[in-house]
Amino acid sequence: MSWFIQVLFFSTPTGLAALGETVNQKAGQLNIGLEGMMLTAAYFGALGAEITGNPALGLLLGVLSVVPLWIIQNLLTIHARQDQVVVGTGINLAAIGITSTLFQQRYGDAGRLITIPTFARFGGLDALVFFMVVMAPVIWFALHRTAWGLAIRAAGEYPDSVESAGFSVAKLRWQASGIGASLAALAGAHLALSIGGTFVQEMTAGRGFVALAMVSFGRWKPFGVLGACLLVGFAEFLRFYFQVRQPIVPYQFFLALPYVLALVVLIIVGKGTSAPMDLGRPLRSNK
Amino acid sequence: MREAGVRFGLLCALIGFLCLTLAVFGFPVVESVQKIGEGAFGSRAGFARTMVQMTPLLLAGCGMVVAWRAGMYNIGGEGQYLCGGMAAASLFKLFPAMPPQALSIGILISGVIGGGAYGWLAGWLYVRRGVQVVISTILMNVIAVYLLDYLVTGPLQESKHQNPQSDRLPELAMLAKFDLQTDFHSGMMVAILVAVAVWFFLYRTVPGFKLRVVGENPRVARANLIPAERVQLQSMMLSGGLCGLAGAVQYSALVGYLSPSFAENWGFLAIPVALLGGLHPIGVIGSSLYFGALLAGTDYLSRSSAGGKSIIFAMQGMAVLAYLGFNYLRSRRAQFVGAES
Repeated sequence: MSWFIQVLFFSTPTGLAALGETVNQKAGQLNIGLEGMMLTAAYFGALGAEITGNPALGLLLGVLSVVPLWIIQNLLTIHARQDQVVVGTGINLAAIGITSTLFQQRYGDAGRLITIPTFARFGGLDALVFFMVVMAPVIWFALHRTAWGLAIRAAGEYPDSVESAGFSVAKLRWQASGIGASLAALAGAHLALSIGGTFVQEMTAGRGFVALAMVSFGRWKPFGVLGACLLVGFAEFLRFYFQVRQPIVPYQFFLALPYVLALVVLIIVGKGTSAPMDLGRPLRSNK
Repeated sequence: MREAGVRFGLLCALIGFLCLTLAVFGFPVVESVQKIGEGAFGSRAGFARTMVQMTPLLLAGCGMVVAWRAGMYNIGGEGQYLCGGMAAASLFKLFPAMPPQALSIGILISGVIGGGAYGWLAGWLYVRRGVQVVISTILMNVIAVYLLDYLVTGPLQESKHQNPQSDRLPELAMLAKFDLQTDFHSGMMVAILVAVAVWFFLYRTVPGFKLRVVGENPRVARANLIPAERVQLQSMMLSGGLCGLAGAVQYSALVGYLSPSFAENWGFLAIPVALLGGLHPIGVIGSSLYFGALLAGTDYLSRSSAGGKSIIFAMQGMAVLAYLGFNYLRSRRAQFVGAES
C-alpha cells in the first residue's frame, strides 16, 4: 500500500493545478501561465517558510504572490481581449525570470541549497494531498449541481447567451480563473514545501504544462482529471523505482508514458463534444 | 513612415524596459547597461557571442512566425528543435564515414526533416483529429525530452559508453567558423538567408498569401476556395522544419554532440522573439538581435553580479505583456479616431 501513498504524494502538484484549470477551462479560458503561477508560488512559498520558519505562512505568501499575476492576466485576456496563449506565455517567462533572479540575488548564482520546514505528514501524506482528493468531488458538485456551476459551464460554451440571461461573463471568468490560480498556487507551494523541502530554479519542470494537458486527457471531468494526474504520479513513482533496479525497458519509457497515453487518448476521442466550445476565444460581448 | 516611427518607438521602449527591469531588481542601472553593452558588442568576442546567441533565436523565431501567422499556436518549438538535433545526430551515427562536406549538408537537411515531421504530426492531429495544437505540442515537447534522454544513453551513445552523450562530430564536418578564437559560425548566414526567404514566401508568393489569409480567418479562406486544413498542415510542417534546422545548426556548428543538456529552451525563447518581432520575419531579425545581445550581455553581467543571467526571462515576459497592453490601447485609439472621421 505504501506505493499508492507515494503515487498520491507525487501526483498532488499536477492534480491540484489540473483540477483548478478544469474550472477555468469550463468557463472558456486556457491558462497557459499555469506553469509560471506554480513556479511563483513555489518560490515565495519557500521564501516565506524560510523567513518565518512556518510552512503554513509560507503557503500564505505563495498564494498571495500569485494574485498580481492573476490580475494582470485577466486584465489582458478578459478586458483587453488579448490572446490567451500569448498572455500566458508572457506570464510564464516573467515568472521564470523573476523567481530565478530573486533566488540568485538571495542565494548566489549557483544557488545555495536551502532547506525549509515542510508540512506535517499523517501516514506519509500532508494536508494538501487530502485537499486535492477532496477537491475532485467538490469541484464536480460545484460545476454540475449548482446554479453557479451551470453559469460557469455556459460561459465556456455560449457566452452570449449567458450575458443575455443577465450574468456577467467577465465576472464568471474572473471567478473561474481565481479558483484556477489559487489551486495552481497551492500546487506550487506543495512542490516546494512538501515534496522538495527546498526551492530550485525552474523547479516546476513543466508540471504546469502537464496539468494543462491532463485536463484534456481527463475530458474536463473532475474525476477523469484526477485519474489522469494519478497516472502522472504513478509514472514519477516508477522512475524512482526503476532507476535503482535497471529494468529491461528503459526507464524513460515509463516517464514518457502518461504523455504518450494522453496523446493517444486525444487522437482516439478527437475533438469530441466535451471540450468547452468557446475555449480560448476572447470575449466578444465586452463593453 | 509612420510604421518606422512605431518601430523606433518600440526599440526605445525595449531599452527603457531593460533599464526599468534592472532598476526593479536593484541593479545599478547605468553600470549594468554599460556591462551588458560591453558584453554584447564591446569586443570581437562579445560581438561573436551575440551572433551565436542570435542564430537559434532567429531560426526558431522564423519558424514560430510561419505557424502563428497561419493561426497555429505552435508551442512545440522546443520539441521540434530537439527532433532536428536528434535526426542530425542519427545521420552521423548511421553514416559516420560520409565525406565531411556531404555530412554537414546532410545534417542540416535531416534536421529540417526531423523537426518538420514532428511539426507535421502536431498539424495532422489538429486537422484530422481536432486536437488543439497548444496541447499536443506541449505533450510532444515532453516526449521529445525523454526521447533525447533515452537516445543519448542508448542507441546514440558514444562508442566509449561512458557519458550520456553522442559521439563528437569531426571538426571537418562542423559548420565553418569565421575565426578560430570565437564561436562565431556560418550558421548565422544560414539564419539570415532563411529569414529573408520566409519573408519572400509570406509576402511575395501565392502560398504565403494563402497562409496569412487562413491565419486571419479560416472561414474567409474556405469561402475563397483556399484549403485551410492543408495550409495549416503545411505551416506546421514548415514551422517544425525551421525549428529543426535551428537544432541541427546548433548541433553541427557549436556543440558537436548531443547530451541531455542539448535542450536549452531555444524553442521556448523563440516565441517571445517572434511576438515582439511583430510576427514578421524582418522584425524577427531585429528582435532576435536584441535578445541575442541581451543574452550575451547578461551572461557577461552575471560574472560580476549575482542574478544577472535570468533577468532576460523577466524582461521578455514583461515586454510581451506590455506589448499586448500597448496593442490594446492602440486599437482603442484607432477606434476613436475612426468614429470621429
